[in-house]
Amino acid sequence: MLDLTYETPKPKVIAGAKHDWELVIGMEVHAQVSSNAKLFSGASTKFGAEPNSNVAFVDAAMPGMLPVINEYCVEQAVRTGLGLNAEINLFSAFDRKNYFYPDLPQGYQISQLYHPIVGEGEILVDMGPGVARLVRVERIHLEQDAGKSIHDMDPNMSFVDLNRTGVALMEIVSRPDIRGPEEAAAYVTKLRQILRYLGTCDGNMQNGNLRADVNVSICRAGQYEKYMETQDFSYLGTRCEIKNMNSMRFIQMAIEVEARRQIAIVEAGGEVVQETRLYDPDKNETRSMRSKEEAHDYRYFPDPDLLPLEIEQDWIDGIKATLPELPDVKKARFVGDFGLSEYDASVLTADAENAQFFEAAAQGRDGKLAANWIINELFGRLKKEDHDIAQSPVSPAQIGQIVDLIKSDAISGKIAKDVFEICYTTGRDPSEIVETEGMKQVTDTGAIESAVDEIIAANPAQVEKAKANPKLAGWFVGQVMKATGGKANPKAVNELVAAKLGL
Amino acid sequence: MTDLNTLTLAEARDKLRAKDVTSVELTEACLKAAGAAGKLNAFVHDTPDIALAQAKAADERIAKGDAPAMCGLPIGVKDLFCTKGVPSQAASRILEGFKPEYESTITGQLFDAGTVMLGKLNMDEFAMGSSNETSVYGNAVNPWKVDDRELTPGGSSGGSASAVAADLCLAATGTDTGGSIRQPAAFTGIVGIKPTYGRCSRWGVAAFASSLDQAGPMTKTVRDAAIMLEAMCGHDAKDSTSANLPVPDFEAMLTGDIKGKKIGIPREYHMDGMPEEIEALWADGRKMLESAGAEMVDISLPHTKYALPTYYVIAPAEASSNLARYDGVRYGHRATLAAGDGINEMYEKTRAEGFGHEVQRRVMVGTYVLSAGFYDAYYNRARKVRALIKRDFDDAFAAGIDAILTPATPSPAFGLGEMIDADPVQMYLNDVFTVTVNLAGLPGIAVPTGLDAKGLPLGLQLIGRPWEEGDLLNTAYALEQAAGFVAKPQKWW
Repeated sequence: MLDLTYETPKPKVIAGAKHDWELVIGMEVHAQVSSNAKLFSGASTKFGAEPNSNVAFVDAAMPGMLPVINEYCVEQAVRTGLGLNAEINLFSAFDRKNYFYPDLPQGYQISQLYHPIVGEGEILVDMGPGVARLVRVERIHLEQDAGKSIHDMDPNMSFVDLNRTGVALMEIVSRPDIRGPEEAAAYVTKLRQILRYLGTCDGNMQNGNLRADVNVSICRAGQYEKYMETQDFSYLGTRCEIKNMNSMRFIQMAIEVEARRQIAIVEAGGEVVQETRLYDPDKNETRSMRSKEEAHDYRYFPDPDLLPLEIEQDWIDGIKATLPELPDVKKARFVGDFGLSEYDASVLTADAENAQFFEAAAQGRDGKLAANWIINELFGRLKKEDHDIAQSPVSPAQIGQIVDLIKSDAISGKIAKDVFEICYTTGRDPSEIVETEGMKQVTDTGAIESAVDEIIAANPAQVEKAKANPKLAGWFVGQVMKATGGKANPKAVNELVAAKLGL
Repeated sequence: MTDLNTLTLAEARDKLRAKDVTSVELTEACLKAAGAAGKLNAFVHDTPDIALAQAKAADERIAKGDAPAMCGLPIGVKDLFCTKGVPSQAASRILEGFKPEYESTITGQLFDAGTVMLGKLNMDEFAMGSSNETSVYGNAVNPWKVDDRELTPGGSSGGSASAVAADLCLAATGTDTGGSIRQPAAFTGIVGIKPTYGRCSRWGVAAFASSLDQAGPMTKTVRDAAIMLEAMCGHDAKDSTSANLPVPDFEAMLTGDIKGKKIGIPREYHMDGMPEEIEALWADGRKMLESAGAEMVDISLPHTKYALPTYYVIAPAEASSNLARYDGVRYGHRATLAAGDGINEMYEKTRAEGFGHEVQRRVMVGTYVLSAGFYDAYYNRARKVRALIKRDFDDAFAAGIDAILTPATPSPAFGLGEMIDADPVQMYLNDVFTVTVNLAGLPGIAVPTGLDAKGLPLGLQLIGRPWEEGDLLNTAYALEQAAGFVAKPQKWW
């Protein structure tokens, strides 16, 4: 049984002028489904294409064009649901969300309001070794992305790029279980990690493939617990939704500044108005986008162009059978099987490729040593060059060789760093480097012994001092290492020096 | 052979196969007839070059012995169908200048079978109307006339009905959301069938109300309807609501033998104030089918009275959403904007100029019934009632009824302009016998069975079991045989 026990973190508390306030946060994360084609058309989803080149007739909402569901996108949503331990709904349906905007050609977005494909799930959000928050996921539904309006190319006109129109999104809706800015960022990080493990979203926030709407409210101590007991939202403050955040840093800053705004209002005797707001990172403030009164009436109704989506349990089971090992389990296994610290295990499992690299390198070896080499040496070196693990010139087998060379006393840790550097820059195998470059440490006691003897004979005064103060034996060790060009096995040298000096 | 245009599809097909005529000859005859029928305003866009090229190609296929039933037969296409490179405007200003880069599945299938397209046919704007008077092209005119009164050919497929009845083409495509094939067929003395929802692909047909829209043929005879329907229907992976079912040989099912069939007469279709001659027509139909060996059964479809209000919630709701795409951004009409106008002004002016009043009315009604606070009272309730209406039919069929006989329309064709000042609901009453069939997704066919006192055609409707168009066509065929309707409008145009 894997050990996944954890403690729950304390909620973030912000001191107002009058009281302390706690934060309550819920998130709606829009994750672009990794798929070659759009949700309801065969057009490509490739990022960075010429504007309006990945557009099928249905994406441009030409008369008489009809949507046809992309089964792979459904599979990806189901896989995501399974990865979040969520309930998969055998029956789901698509609804139209109606509003006018030039980058929404149909005049409606096809979404799933009434019957989402995925129901209740959960995400364990790590907040440090042994500390984590279990955040409940309310639902995941599939929907179409909109296109892009470009307003800054011409003083009088706006332009529309429909490449993104109709690309499949998963909207992953959490319960208001997140209790601070750091937790919010950690939630997105963890969700992103799971999605990347599953291969259902590439998590690229810069390209907008993962973005979050953040619902923030404040409450006094104890109120949240009452909400959790009853699920009655009236114990919580009025929330505001901050739209379209695609940076971990801005998510945290926006939550903090929005919470302080709400605290100031409430402490001045005012009331927070439920509304949609935008975060301006330049001014570090949130601004009203549209109030509840101005909110669109989306006139949702079931899309008559699409039949309800009915899926079979067997199909779901088939997808389940192909799920990869997910981060929590992998981390626990790394701790259990390789004796790693939770911290090291977290670092190595942050990314599936890193974890895979580690496992390949550590298999049948000292896992801790392999982990140290990967985290400290390899990651450090890669980071310096702004490379990721896929671009590593050092293979897992080569890291394995270095570990083996150290463990067999063939090289010291110090020499190993030189070997690593040669391996990194030339791609040569560490065992070959050690052999060819004559870097193997001298473990032949005879050779070391004669070196020790020579040094003792040449330094009688030092010998006397060392006999009086055994700590000075280190000087002899250093001399021997120097004389052997650093290749003598330090352990053997230590032992011989001590024996010869009669310590 | 100067009147090749008066042939039925079946006659023309047989003559083509017997090499008595060529498709080019047939096509030229129809083009000539259509060219001389400007007063009917049935064709709104002629495609003679396409027609003659298709006819030549068809003649080559026929010569090689590779000729499907529809090969070489000239037809007209309702403007609601998108036809590649040919103006397809749904008779609306909002689609001004729109020429699709794609071919609707149905016209594509027809063309693949060698069918010849003469041009695009008039209709009510976006198929919203029962008189063809909402068309941006002006109304089509019924070839049947009483005195000097010009009559409506019905709607929305008014141009299709007028063109077929006046022998401007051998047949035409139509679409039917609440009666738009059957009512104009009845008003013009021709046959029109709306197949089961899902029989014909909706891909490439501008949508009015997606859950109700079905295309179908409008023809001179039941046999022609069978021939053309077979070429129009079939599974289409591009339409998620299209049924993956085999398409039977409908024509082969026309035996005329309906002995032992149980035909229901629904008592709720006796409407207050219905003209005596419609009642009489219906009673005649009952007798005809009975004489042909059918067992006539009085049945009840208790939720019939809710059908019209239900329809006029669901259809506008879907339409309000389906028509949102006509926003002036990507194609069709865009209003000239004043300095300082923004996107909202562009939407408002474009849609105000581009849509006619009836379309605007339905978009507003649809928007209203879907809005927050009204959704449950209108749209959701209508959906529930719709399920009850469907259940009425399910129950009747489960009790052994094979088909249901009703009037097709509550009156003969009325005069153009007569309803202009009437309450829109008066116009909506035209659909009273037909909307139930769309709401239940069933096949329905209008067959001309008589003339009123003034000599105008009247039709009866037969409603069939889902997916059993073959059986329904056969019952209609028996009715057609018994009625022996042969009247033709007197040429005045």
